[in-house]
Amino acid sequence: MLTQRLLLSDRGGMLVLGLVLLTTIIVPILNLAVPSDSPLYISNYTVALLGKFLCFALLALSVDLIWGYAGILSLGHGAFFSLGGYAMGMYLMRQIGDRGVYGHPELMDFMVVLNWDKLPWYWQGFDMFWFAMLMVLLVPGLLAMVFGWLAFRSRVTGVYFAIITQALTYALMLAFFRNEMGFGGNNGLNDFKEILGFDLAAKTTRVGLFVASSIALILGYMACRYIVTSRMGRVIIAIRDAESRTRFSGYQVESYKLWLFVFSAMLAAVAGALYVPQVGIINPGEFSPLNSIEMVVWVATGGRGTLFGAIVGAFSVNYAKTFFTTFSPETWLFILGGLFVLVTLLLPKGIVGLFDRFSRKGDKQ
Amino acid sequence: MIPICRLTPRHAVQQWLTRLLLLCLCSLPLHTSAQEAPEATPAQPIFDELVRQLPSGNLRQRATTVEQLASQQDERLADILAALIAGDLLANKDKPPVVAIRNGDTLTDALNGSDLTGTSGLRRIPVNNSLRTQLRGMVAQLNLSHPDSDKRYAAVQRFIRDGVDGETATLLRQHQPSEESGRVNDAIDAALALFDLQTGDRDQRMAAIDTLSGSLEQEARNALRSVAENDEDATLRAAAAKAIESIQGRISFYRFIENVFFGLSLGSILLLAAIGLAITFGVMGVINMAHGELIMIGAYTTWGIQVLFPDLIEWSLLIAIPAAFLITALVGIAIERGVIRFLYGRPLETLLATFGLSLVLQQAVRTLFSPLNRSVTSPEWISGTLSINPVLSITYTRLYILLFGLAVFFALMLVMKRTSLGLKVRAVSQNRAMARAVGVRSNWIDALTFGLGSGIAGVAGVALSQITNVGPNLGQAYIIDSFMVVVFGGVGNLWGTLVSAMSLGLINNFLEPWAGAMLAKVLVLIMLILFIQKKPKGLFPQKGRAAAD
Repeated sequence: MLTQRLLLSDRGGMLVLGLVLLTTIIVPILNLAVPSDSPLYISNYTVALLGKFLCFALLALSVDLIWGYAGILSLGHGAFFSLGGYAMGMYLMRQIGDRGVYGHPELMDFMVVLNWDKLPWYWQGFDMFWFAMLMVLLVPGLLAMVFGWLAFRSRVTGVYFAIITQALTYALMLAFFRNEMGFGGNNGLNDFKEILGFDLAAKTTRVGLFVASSIALILGYMACRYIVTSRMGRVIIAIRDAESRTRFSGYQVESYKLWLFVFSAMLAAVAGALYVPQVGIINPGEFSPLNSIEMVVWVATGGRGTLFGAIVGAFSVNYAKTFFTTFSPETWLFILGGLFVLVTLLLPKGIVGLFDRFSRKGDKQ
Repeated sequence: MIPICRLTPRHAVQQWLTRLLLLCLCSLPLHTSAQEAPEATPAQPIFDELVRQLPSGNLRQRATTVEQLASQQDERLADILAALIAGDLLANKDKPPVVAIRNGDTLTDALNGSDLTGTSGLRRIPVNNSLRTQLRGMVAQLNLSHPDSDKRYAAVQRFIRDGVDGETATLLRQHQPSEESGRVNDAIDAALALFDLQTGDRDQRMAAIDTLSGSLEQEARNALRSVAENDEDATLRAAAAKAIESIQGRISFYRFIENVFFGLSLGSILLLAAIGLAITFGVMGVINMAHGELIMIGAYTTWGIQVLFPDLIEWSLLIAIPAAFLITALVGIAIERGVIRFLYGRPLETLLATFGLSLVLQQAVRTLFSPLNRSVTSPEWISGTLSINPVLSITYTRLYILLFGLAVFFALMLVMKRTSLGLKVRAVSQNRAMARAVGVRSNWIDALTFGLGSGIAGVAGVALSQITNVGPNLGQAYIIDSFMVVVFGGVGNLWGTLVSAMSLGLINNFLEPWAGAMLAKVLVLIMLILFIQKKPKGLFPQKGRAAAD
């Protein structure tokens, strides 16, 4: 019953998930077991890149869940992603211990530079992995809850919601840029050494993180799929299509939206937490409003309102980005900008919609 | 030591100079630096001759030469004397010698200003202490009798800062009767009171305290404070303390005024950035994320005008205003016709598409003009400070931008309320179908309205080019603020935009001293986010049918 609901009725999703699963199995083998001079060898760079894309796909999933299914456009999802990343970064920083440049047993290098004599209260406990992981979920979740509760309760919707979420991430960016915040200011958190005792520079750790991201994406997809196919999901779609009518039918529109928003924020935070150890740095630039809008473009390009479309979009746009920024950095913003315009004007259903259009003839649906 | 400096000849020179100065003041009421250069006095060859005599002979002869020099009315004199005091006046052994002024590592000819850097054989022209004293007096005298009242004011200020001794006091007392500027006179009063406070008898000191209680100079406060703390006379102490208190009161008043001005100035910048958006977003309901880039295009237009017409820097801003309006209005109309008109009624899609456009425009500018900031020159008339008193000074740039912002606002109000275009714009935004039914070409009006809003963004760019860096990212810095201003003020309400821009500017500026610039901004954003939750329709929500959408 559940398998039917989650998997079998979702052909596109099955295909995409199958591909993700295949990559998860093949990439580690080709990276670890194949000698580096073999043509089949996958370089560490590619592993890190794919790992990054997996995190972005999870992030895109979280954006699609609220935008595609509840019609809530958040231009501040980067804030939740970055907060998750910062929580993970704090754990990784505490793992450095006395191996920092200044060799202080407890304080981070940037705190030594600022002449702080003890660890700020909000850094306490981050030396424990379980606590840090709890915070990865709790901090963005709480922020989303407070913010969403205030916003949905006063029926801030559509464009207004988009603009204030953008202001939220912008405010957080400015705040995190301040050295006095105690998060490393401009430079952010970096120079990590190890995670759970594994050396972050080691090949096996990198592959481990890659596999973890992949599993997180698959589980995240399943969870989203579960939500959107449940009764709650139907109400949420109803809210997207006719909010007032749903409210008049007796549904608590605000609480549906709020819980979905909080869940989506947590999903984004998990993506951030997996992203940080793979790229090795988190800084306030991640909060920049541009990043948050880029996420929306992944979803729009892939296909809003189909969960696997978000994954397709995240992979294809980011692949294009990597390709163009190495090949000709000048053109990337032209292409990204053009993509925004073309997708909204010509492809309202994204790449997935394009496939649907071609395959419709043979399909009985 | 040889007494080379006697008072008598100096006084003669002084009187002579004062007379000459009065003559100058009468004959040259409109005195500008541009008119000064070509004005070749017949005394010039003598002046050059005297300067060339400076290196030769002993100190006593040099003193005589200096006396003679002082009787020459020449622009270059002040610089030469100042260099002589500082030991930066050099000469070589040629006949006639080359006299040079050293300024850091560069050498310039003292007489014709040509560059002499790298010339060897130049020696310092020696001076001793008594000559230096004589020279200092002359320099002060020169500045005090300068035709420009700002220069005179600065000279008196320098006396106050360096401390007033008996000699200076005499000088100031002599100068005061001929002084016309009230501001300079007040400064002289303060300087003399400072002198009296140190040296005078009890009555004089009482009077000095009274005078100083009206002065806002830092030195006046310091002198009063030392009297209030250390003086033996209890009445004087009390009087000084009271004077300090009254000064403090006035200072905090002026600080407040200054804060209000800076707040309004910040508000006017926000207003300029947001006002075009108040049309495109507020009236038309189009989310134009490329608004910031239209501002940027306006700023680049200013730069372009300055590059195209390098001789017209003084006029460049006045030319740039209509040029920027036209260019950005055309870009805006192109955006509306090319993209936005397909997306009416789909605000989220409009947001994404226009954001894409903003990226393209940014990158286009980056590719065309390089990613570096362009330098836009400020014309003479817009730079400088208006210093009202020692505590309160206002930069002309900010003052003009404030006035300009208000002017643009009221011009826009006029267009919206009094012209046929404004009427049609309001008609289309209130009820499109009905407007069409009575014969308004709504498509055309949409394009024009968007063009108007974009054009105003361009005009804002001209103003912003004077205070920020003109670079591809200029627009990004303003887009979020602009949206916040429009939403805070109430969408569709121009007055609301004015009130919200000004109040946000003021709030930000009053938060800054105790929160720091960054945190103040964060606090304002948080406050706005909370405010929008409380009143989603802004400060002045639209009422009636227009609001129902």
